[in-house]
Amino acid sequence: MYDVIIIGAGVTGCATARFLSRYSGKFCVMERSEDVCTGTSKANSAIIHAGFDAAHGSLMAKYNLMGCRMYPELAKELDFAYKNNGSLVLALSEEDIPKLEALMENGIKNGVEGLEIVDGRRLRELEPSIGHVPVAALYAPSAGIVCPFGATIAFAENAFTNGVEFRFNEEVKGLTRSEDENGEPCWIVQTPEGAVRTRAVVNAAGVYADVLHNMVSADKIRIIPRRGDYLLLDRRTGGYVRHTVFQVPGKFGKGVLVSPTVHGNTIVGPTAEDIDDKEGVDTTSEGFEDLMEKAGLAFDDLPLREVITSFAGLRAHEARHDFILGEVADAPNFFDCAGIESPGLTAAPAIGKETADLLAGKLSLALNPDFEGRRKGLPDPKSLPLEELAALLKEKPEYGRIVCRCEQISEGEIRDAINRPLGAKSLDGVKRRVRAGMGRCQGGFCSPRLMDILAEEWGVDAADITKAGGRSKVIVGLVKDRI
Amino acid sequence: MGELERTKCRLLIIGGGPAGLAAAIGAYDEGERDLMILERETRLGGILNQCIHNGFGLHTFQEELTGPEYAQRYIDQVLERGIPFRTDTMVMSVTKAEDGTKEVMTVSEEEGLVLYRAEAVVLAMGCRERSRGALNIPGFRPAGIFSAGTAQRLVNIEGYLPGRRVVILGSGDIGLIMARRMTLEGAKVLVCAELMPYSGGLKRNIVQCLDDFGIPLKLSHTVVRIEGKERVEGVVIAEVGPDRKPVKGTEEHYDCDTLLLSVGLLPENELTIGLGANISRTTNGPVVNESLECSVPGVFAAGNVLHVHDLVDYVSEEARLAGQSAARYIREAEGGTVEEKARVEVKFSGGIRYTVPTYIAPEKVHAFLKIRFRVGDVMTNRKVVLYLNGKAVSAKKRRVMAPGEMEEIVLTEKLLKKYPDVTDLEIKVEEDA
Repeated sequence: MYDVIIIGAGVTGCATARFLSRYSGKFCVMERSEDVCTGTSKANSAIIHAGFDAAHGSLMAKYNLMGCRMYPELAKELDFAYKNNGSLVLALSEEDIPKLEALMENGIKNGVEGLEIVDGRRLRELEPSIGHVPVAALYAPSAGIVCPFGATIAFAENAFTNGVEFRFNEEVKGLTRSEDENGEPCWIVQTPEGAVRTRAVVNAAGVYADVLHNMVSADKIRIIPRRGDYLLLDRRTGGYVRHTVFQVPGKFGKGVLVSPTVHGNTIVGPTAEDIDDKEGVDTTSEGFEDLMEKAGLAFDDLPLREVITSFAGLRAHEARHDFILGEVADAPNFFDCAGIESPGLTAAPAIGKETADLLAGKLSLALNPDFEGRRKGLPDPKSLPLEELAALLKEKPEYGRIVCRCEQISEGEIRDAINRPLGAKSLDGVKRRVRAGMGRCQGGFCSPRLMDILAEEWGVDAADITKAGGRSKVIVGLVKDRI
Repeated sequence: MGELERTKCRLLIIGGGPAGLAAAIGAYDEGERDLMILERETRLGGILNQCIHNGFGLHTFQEELTGPEYAQRYIDQVLERGIPFRTDTMVMSVTKAEDGTKEVMTVSEEEGLVLYRAEAVVLAMGCRERSRGALNIPGFRPAGIFSAGTAQRLVNIEGYLPGRRVVILGSGDIGLIMARRMTLEGAKVLVCAELMPYSGGLKRNIVQCLDDFGIPLKLSHTVVRIEGKERVEGVVIAEVGPDRKPVKGTEEHYDCDTLLLSVGLLPENELTIGLGANISRTTNGPVVNESLECSVPGVFAAGNVLHVHDLVDYVSEEARLAGQSAARYIREAEGGTVEEKARVEVKFSGGIRYTVPTYIAPEKVHAFLKIRFRVGDVMTNRKVVLYLNGKAVSAKKRRVMAPGEMEEIVLTEKLLKKYPDVTDLEIKVEEDA
């Protein structure tokens, strides 16, 4: 019997697992995909919100603030990419300025520090690429950017090293309330692999959180997948924009953000469209046009011809537009982390910590005496000073064999990504861990080699290598195999 | 750059594909003996190694060779001359030192980090394929979407079959070649869709790779949707109007497991940009003069890194000149005779999109110079006229000109001698009555 099963290996589930691993117990993360960070957590704006936007008094506001404050320290402890770059909300006309003031007032109430409304001149000092339209901005110096894969993988790896089990390719099909031998409530979790018992369940299932919640509670919730298209620009555009630049909702609609990423790309997005399909991550040409048009309001010369890829993500939007957290009233020991839409990535560590502490209290978990809160990420040879790089290459020559030319990723790093705890099993898994295939050729040159390395490390046939698990095999057979 | 030791080498050639090989031979034959080819792959030969079809070398060797055979002819010449090369070696950066030399940082498994100091560099990194992401094709992102060159590598080098029912977007040469290759390897190629009203590929490839196998070519069509969440399950193609936007109601659905993209090649100029050389927005390659020298003195470029070619024969020819120029540059720099020469901009009109080179110093033209260019649209019954100081000095009739076929016009040293004071040079495509 498990003490806790966390359903969903997105950023919330993995953060919960990491904080839960500070306690002693038998914990497990159950994930329907082949890897961590494959749903909402992998396709979003990759930003840390300052917290001025969420309605004062909401859970979103509370956890946004907490999360935003946790990231700088966590990024050091767990060695993932984070940068405090600050954000700007643009007023596109004089009429928008009262809206900036309202946002600032809300932010101050929420406890956001350093907020400031800047005029057009100061705006252009802060962000020289700004176009001719914007007239003023709300500046939030505490906002940041993060690698969402890096953060999620870091939480997961650290949880794993501290004893949390991860079960991939296992989708929860049923949840039944039961009692243990002492008459305490427990749950039977049904998966295609069989039934497992656990004292408590955490529902961190992203866009599927309503399905799980509604299995156990009479108080139904509904998660509406809200699709957002994004464009990602070449690293060559790095430096074009310094801050995360939003637009205040106004006469031009909701606006889109333009932000640097921690790896030096530029991201533009998202659109917002409520859909029915919980797997509907297909992009649309209308979405692309909308993004290009709206980004053009903020910047006159955004280098949109440098788009290297586009994608869509789904926000797990709940009709009440707030996080649904904590033990479900009519389902003892069943804890929701539902409705985790923006600012979910920011809030995730705070939600994870509080959920873990709640569970520890409820289940009377003792502290884990062996907990190691620090985790070292994969080494990044490119970031080393030349002398250190030269020394590293003498010791580990495999870091000198470059496989991904666009991002300059070596065979050594790729093999590391596969051999890490919870290592990469697919092309996308490698890409999210070490960025091989993430660059401007989008894996055109390196994917055949990556397939061979994956096959070698996992001891399988290259024909079994997938893009992202499941039925996403890269090739269908051998040449002339049916002639 | 810290305390690392620099390895001196007078001429470095970055890339061991057809351009790098020919550049090395050109430099050697011009007298340069201290040179080195740096190649990131395990073998010399570049992309030719995966081009196992024939049709290479018709101009150079008057015979039809496969890609690997063509490459081998040049590799043999490199070996005969004893020109050194390093394979599995990636150039991470090229920078200009204060004294004008170039610092080239390489990494490899065998040698680790090596910093070279060179007098001159030939850039011969080739190009990459435009990816799906750069096209903004909407839809899902499943497995089964390949650029044509990736599919070519999977099939021809690895022996893997990327898919069984294939739709091809783009009628570039690699896409056309892969239509035939996939068919021969047992796949069914359903259609080849081309956004433009004409193909970007060579006529002979359309005939030999599509027509001969009954594969329809749909001009003015594009992919408007990719279906399938894990692996491609279908593709929707629609006709496009004159604005190249899909026309509603013309959608056609194809059941397929694979989409191949042959939608253009992009010169791979990250090193060039890092070096601070001027880049043409039309070719995406560096702006060069008659010696194929970039805006950074002592840095030369040739082949697909400079502008995308249709025929490797022209790459070799161009690269030979780049190698010769680099050798002369080093010689002149040693003799202290490098001086800024007056240069003339190559002007063009009548539908020409660009020329290579962009600038010409007339007294630096040795024997002859081929000015290569492309037109922006299909044109019939034209003539290409060269004007010096406003006077038509040569004309060449062209029955058909197309964006997919590179054009050239020859400027001879002899002709330039007749116009020693040339300040105005223009190439015009004109109607030929």
